[in-house]
Amino acid sequence: MAKELAGRSVQEMISEKMQSKRQGTSLERIVPILLFITAAVSVLTTIGIVLTLIFETILFFNEVSLKEFLTADKWYPFSETQASYGILPLVSGTFKVTGIAILVAVPIGLAASIYLSEYASDRARRIIKPIFEILAGIPTIVYGYFALTFVTPLLIKFIPGLEIFNALSPGIVIGIMITPMIASLSEDAMSSVPNAMREGALALGSTKFEVAMKVVLPAAASGIIASIVLAVSRAIGETMIVAVAAGSSPNLNWNVTGSIQTMTAYIVQVSQGDVGYGTTIYYSIYAVGMTLFLFTLLMNFIAQFVSRRYREEY
Amino acid sequence: MAKTMETSQSQTERQTNGTGSNEKNIVYKTKELNLWYGDNQALKNINLEIIENEVTAIIGPSGCGKSTYIKTLNRMIELIPGVRTAGEISYRGRNILDKSYEVEELRTKVGMVFQKPNPFPKSIYENVVYGPRIHGIRDKKILNEIAEKSLRGAAIWDEVKDRLNQNAYGLSGGQQQRLCIARCLAIEPDVILMDEPTSALDPISTLKVEELMQELKKSYSIIIVTHNMQQAARISDKTAFFLNGEVVEFTKTTKMFSKPDDQRTEDYITGRFG
Ligand SMILES: Nc1ncnc2c1ncn2[C@@H]1O[C@H](COP(=O)(O)OP(=O)(O)OP(=O)(O)O)[C@@H](O)[C@H]1O
Ligand SMILES: [Mg+2]
Repeated sequence: MAKELAGRSVQEMISEKMQSKRQGTSLERIVPILLFITAAVSVLTTIGIVLTLIFETILFFNEVSLKEFLTADKWYPFSETQASYGILPLVSGTFKVTGIAILVAVPIGLAASIYLSEYASDRARRIIKPIFEILAGIPTIVYGYFALTFVTPLLIKFIPGLEIFNALSPGIVIGIMITPMIASLSEDAMSSVPNAMREGALALGSTKFEVAMKVVLPAAASGIIASIVLAVSRAIGETMIVAVAAGSSPNLNWNVTGSIQTMTAYIVQVSQGDVGYGTTIYYSIYAVGMTLFLFTLLMNFIAQFVSRRYREEY
Repeated sequence: MAKTMETSQSQTERQTNGTGSNEKNIVYKTKELNLWYGDNQALKNINLEIIENEVTAIIGPSGCGKSTYIKTLNRMIELIPGVRTAGEISYRGRNILDKSYEVEELRTKVGMVFQKPNPFPKSIYENVVYGPRIHGIRDKKILNEIAEKSLRGAAIWDEVKDRLNQNAYGLSGGQQQRLCIARCLAIEPDVILMDEPTSALDPISTLKVEELMQELKKSYSIIIVTHNMQQAARISDKTAFFLNGEVVEFTKTTKMFSKPDDQRTEDYITGRFG
């Protein structure tokens, strides 16, 4: 091996480079500052949004009592004579749609992820994974009209009592929308389970399905649960699909075949109409927005708690 | 057909070196086994007989087909796409390469311990009872008995008896490997295959696993792949020397390490080999 390269040793070239780095304003010093600024901007914006939400929410509660907001069973903000601001009907609307979406998405999404990570050939995986990404990129307004003009008429054939606007159809469609997300993220979690574990289980006489259910699924539990929680947050916050296909009747009941209103759809409804600035209705969208925010925050905490609790070290 | 049978038979006899085995205590009889990874032949005309309650060591340089052979014995080799086999491996008189031989059944009879310990990310207890559980044993009392017996059998009971519900990954590498042996013992197999089970362990853990094998061979037949000549000499009854996918010599370990028949064997065990 020649120690000299073009007359100089590698060590000489390195020390020259080190020398020039040390002199002048190096990029090394500016980069962390720039990065800090970008991080700070996003944090500050978030804080600003939360503060606005809090202030406007306080203004709302100057006019409506917290007790009424939490316990009244009617949401009649537009009534001139007997306006009622009980959040429960809107919450129930959101829960109905989210619940249906989860019932659709979790079994299908998990089954798909087990298929992809444990059974599918490389070729099938290479074809299916990008399709999931395409599905995730479809604008939700498209899903909304898909619910209204395709799924609802289809469901009416089987459920005669189904109204044009209902919780069932947008619930199913939101489920379809979040399925690829659960499938894709859960597949990532399962694929990262080391093969040595599968071999250990197979060598004990497990079938492939037993390996998937008893070894891979538990080992990937934290990632899978995180994917489900993320999908639930998506469903809770979903706006266009419910605004288009779920109707605008806040009702507190267990019925999923009739028109409902979710928290998000209510906010859309108010911001589309010509509600005067400073009215109670105007502030109410902040109170509803705050409630929504608390729910997603809660989901985030659950996700963190669960993934810590179920983390299987390997 | 009859003729080929005859030649393979006589070859088998030669290779097993006529060590007074009768049909009854033969666990595995490998006849003219050939194996290809795609176009690449990894095993060539293997003939071997594994005898009950013996430790059979497989030695040979890297890439000679030791892992390939041992993985064929419980058909784990099938997990690799593009593998083809020809010939016969009869286990207790039935050809396991026959597709009608149910692989799950085979693997409940033939346990395997891997090079790197691979416990499940579950508690120590759950690791041990995994096998019995999937094979339908639900009774809590029986499972507890199995767990204690297997952990004792793998010489790790005293170290873990107070922490059965802790995650297996909290154990040291040597303890994990003995836990994997316990997991394997829990389904009471007939044969235990071990592919370099101590190569990831420190000398003290290695010694523990070796002592354990001496104990285990009273009730199990053990086939072990090892790169450690001393280990092969210490623990095995018979040794097979593999080279380039062929069995060069298969004989009693004492003979193999004192006066081997083949020059290549001697070169290898004395370290005069590539
Ligand atoms: N998955 C595989 N695909 C293709 N060829 C393989 C595969 N595994 C092993 N081989 C080839 O088969 C031959 C035997 O490999 P094997 O792993 O059985 O060797 P080994 O004796 O166990 O070696 P080592 O001592 O390094 O573990 C080698 O030539 C290897 O390249
Ligand atoms: Mg090997």
